Amino acid sequence: MQNFSHLPNTEADRRKMLEKIGVGSLEELLNNAVPSEIQFAGKLPIPDGLSDVDVQKLLEKLASMNAGSGMKDFIGGGAYDMYVPAAVDEISGRPEFYTAYTPYQPEVSQGTLTAIFEFQSMICGLTGMDVANASMYDGASATAEAAVLAIHKTGRKRILYSQGLNPLYLEVVRTYLHGFDAELVPVPIKDGITDVDALKKLADENTACFILQNPNFFGIVEDGTQFDEIIHSSGGLYVVVVADPTSLGILRPPGEYNADVVAGEGQQFGNYLYFGGPYLGFFAAKKEFVRSMPGRIIGATKDVDGRRGFVMVFQTREQHIRRARATSNICTNQQLCALRATVYLALLGAQGFYAISKLLFNRAHYLADKLTEIDGVELLFDAPFFREFAIKLPQKADEIIDEMSQVGILAGLNVGKLIPSMDDVLLVAVSDKYGKNDMDEFVVAMRNAL
Amino acid sequence: MNTALLWEISKPGRIGINLPSRDVPELDEKKHLPDNMVRAAGNGLPEVSEPQVVRHFVELSSKNHHVDKGLYPLGSCTMKYNPKLSERVAAFSGFANLHPFVPEDFAQGALELMFRLGELLCHIGGLDAITLQPSAGAHGEFAGLSIIRRYHEARGNPRKKVVIPDSSHGTNPASIVFSGWQPIEIKSDAAGRIDIDALKPHLDEDLAALMVTNPNTLGIFERDIKKVAEMLHSVGAQLYMDGANMNALLGIVRPGDVGIDALHYNLHKTFSTPHGGGGPGSGPVAVKEHLAPFLPKPTVVHSEDGKYHLNWDVPDSLGKMNAFWGAFGVMVKAFSYIMNAGAEGLRKVAENAVLNSNYLMASLKDDYELPYRSTPMHEFVLSGEFLKKFGVKTLDVAKQLLDFGFHAPTVYFPLIVHEALMIEPTETESIETLDEFIKAMKEIRKMAENEPDRLHEAPKNTPVHRLDEVSANKQPIFKWQDMIET
Repeated sequence: MQNFSHLPNTEADRRKMLEKIGVGSLEELLNNAVPSEIQFAGKLPIPDGLSDVDVQKLLEKLASMNAGSGMKDFIGGGAYDMYVPAAVDEISGRPEFYTAYTPYQPEVSQGTLTAIFEFQSMICGLTGMDVANASMYDGASATAEAAVLAIHKTGRKRILYSQGLNPLYLEVVRTYLHGFDAELVPVPIKDGITDVDALKKLADENTACFILQNPNFFGIVEDGTQFDEIIHSSGGLYVVVVADPTSLGILRPPGEYNADVVAGEGQQFGNYLYFGGPYLGFFAAKKEFVRSMPGRIIGATKDVDGRRGFVMVFQTREQHIRRARATSNICTNQQLCALRATVYLALLGAQGFYAISKLLFNRAHYLADKLTEIDGVELLFDAPFFREFAIKLPQKADEIIDEMSQVGILAGLNVGKLIPSMDDVLLVAVSDKYGKNDMDEFVVAMRNAL
Repeated sequence: MNTALLWEISKPGRIGINLPSRDVPELDEKKHLPDNMVRAAGNGLPEVSEPQVVRHFVELSSKNHHVDKGLYPLGSCTMKYNPKLSERVAAFSGFANLHPFVPEDFAQGALELMFRLGELLCHIGGLDAITLQPSAGAHGEFAGLSIIRRYHEARGNPRKKVVIPDSSHGTNPASIVFSGWQPIEIKSDAAGRIDIDALKPHLDEDLAALMVTNPNTLGIFERDIKKVAEMLHSVGAQLYMDGANMNALLGIVRPGDVGIDALHYNLHKTFSTPHGGGGPGSGPVAVKEHLAPFLPKPTVVHSEDGKYHLNWDVPDSLGKMNAFWGAFGVMVKAFSYIMNAGAEGLRKVAENAVLNSNYLMASLKDDYELPYRSTPMHEFVLSGEFLKKFGVKTLDVAKQLLDFGFHAPTVYFPLIVHEALMIEPTETESIETLDEFIKAMKEIRKMAENEPDRLHEAPKNTPVHRLDEVSANKQPIFKWQDMIET
């Protein structure tokens, strides 16, 4: 058989190496390492290797069987179809970045370390927090880690969460907390907005934290200032989840309404949809919580010659040093996704980020106004929203989604998928990729579908 | 000279993107949002043009060591060559632009790929069912342990403790604690393997599982693995395998055949998806049939009508590890790699990984200390303890390697070896490269004896020299804004 193309060793090389090792054959070497009776005798029951061209054809075929990738995508719900500038692909496609690993040797990893430092700086600026880490798996797991931090920090085990939290995030929080023997208690939403009075009743000396998603799962902008005093007077922490962070172009940063921890999802910053991952969790906190934070954190320092450089800091929090007493079991971050976000945000810059945020806000309101002119279509909640909104339909959302897909439009998320009682609710998200003409087409398609 | 940060090249008025035109009426956010929810202060982003952004990141990239440049022998990390074909196919628009909530009929290719990748991974591991959802190795550990916890709970006793050898990765004890158990560390035997006698006292109804890395972090195969499995199973405990080192076993040992109940793969190690500077990875967990009911939801199923579906009807599922279905973009690359290699290719991968590692060890064992002498698999561990008599530490060896153009091995791990140097060359390195590395290591050995100060001062050929980690921790600067303040 031909050698597999990734393997430089020739037969002659192998003989030379076996000789140096002092064994007669590869089989002998393997038998020295693994008792032969334990070794797998057969051939793995998987196909024989394909040529490069056949692998490419196979993957072309599988890619072509995903018609959804070519449609006008108005689905949100935690993942957003946003424009990715070409420079983001160019930079993240550089092997210097994508074929490196964790910056264990800082002297030869300053590229990655500097980029993380810039990422942390950007996340702090957008969220209004003191310190951010190098990133987490995704927004949901970052939210779960925020709850874990609150449990560690307060010694309490009751987590209050707004029912405006994305149901999938809630599932992940629940999964993470299973071994912590913690209790998850919902704070209901009223007319789409978290019920402050309910929180007042629930927050007490057993509360580890209150989790608010803002804008919430239904796209609604909550008045985050209302919860600060209530949760803090109970001694619990205030965790704000930002699952749609472009909102921070026009929205007040959670740091300004006294959030202790901000967890969120940065996919929309230069990362493609990829059917759900890899995505980019971010995690930021007030300085006083830095030693309880999960994940990698980068700090600035100097080298022996006085030049600026960057290193991993507070590693005594992490599993490779602290083992069982680490703040989290997380080892890596989502560096390439974070790099993409950093390049993306650098390209947009202060003005561009505000402009895109504002554009989404304008477009969402335009589309919502047009859709609610249709008989039988109304906003589910009469509350302020950013770029995503829930509409109530006169029939099942799935039927409308199905109809509209016939003309190449993905109309939104059938909320009933996640909250079964809401199968006539469609969650619609706008994008910088789809302008007035596309939205007008959307309106026509919905009229036709109803 | 310092590399300028983005903020240091920022000027008001610059921008790196040509924005879409305003095609809908402009709204005043102050009128449509709660008063106190509108951002008043700036957002803190720099203002830079596109060519400046590109030049900035290209300059940063020049400061990284990476696999496409040279040897990266980090033990346990499997820094092998990342095939370019995988990068090309993963970038296809049909994968990249697919929303996770797209109706299933419009994502049949993606679902089929996930299903087939899952099947391949089950066959490779000799296991029955799989989740592709976890995002990394540690995330897989947490998922795998959570599956085992649900299994025990379903049988009426969640149990209390999980045993790990003292050579285990730090993520193991941390994942055990996250899963609600207490880790019990047992000493390895003189050969560096699990000590059966040390395990015996913990065999009772409180024992939930044992986590083993196999081959272990010394690169040594746990020969007694079947015996360990029998001992655990006799008290109803489960055997979990940290698959960080699966690269050594492809086609040689199937974990499921030797008693493993659950195993996580690291697609970014074994199946050659890029490490990305530290993620994204992917950590699928494969299990035996009896653990399948507890896998995260949704699972991917192939129904009789020939279609693929996300199956949410998993009543005993542990829940979810991620908001969506896992690192699909990484899965595409791993699938492409496995289809390219095939059954024989994968076995050759493992064989050559073992061969390269043993060749390096045989070539270096007389120059450095080799604390464990069993035949290793894909990696081996040297000790720099003896260099102390020259006033030299393992750290100095690592730094000098950087000056010779190599990345350093993993150092100071596993903890059971003093001044450890954990070396994993991988199968994608040529004998010429290995010989250059051997030459460098021998040279460093001589320098330690003859000119130790040169080692203390290394590295000198890198973009920056040794960095002051003490002050980085004492007066921490976490962000650009802190720099202005100090």
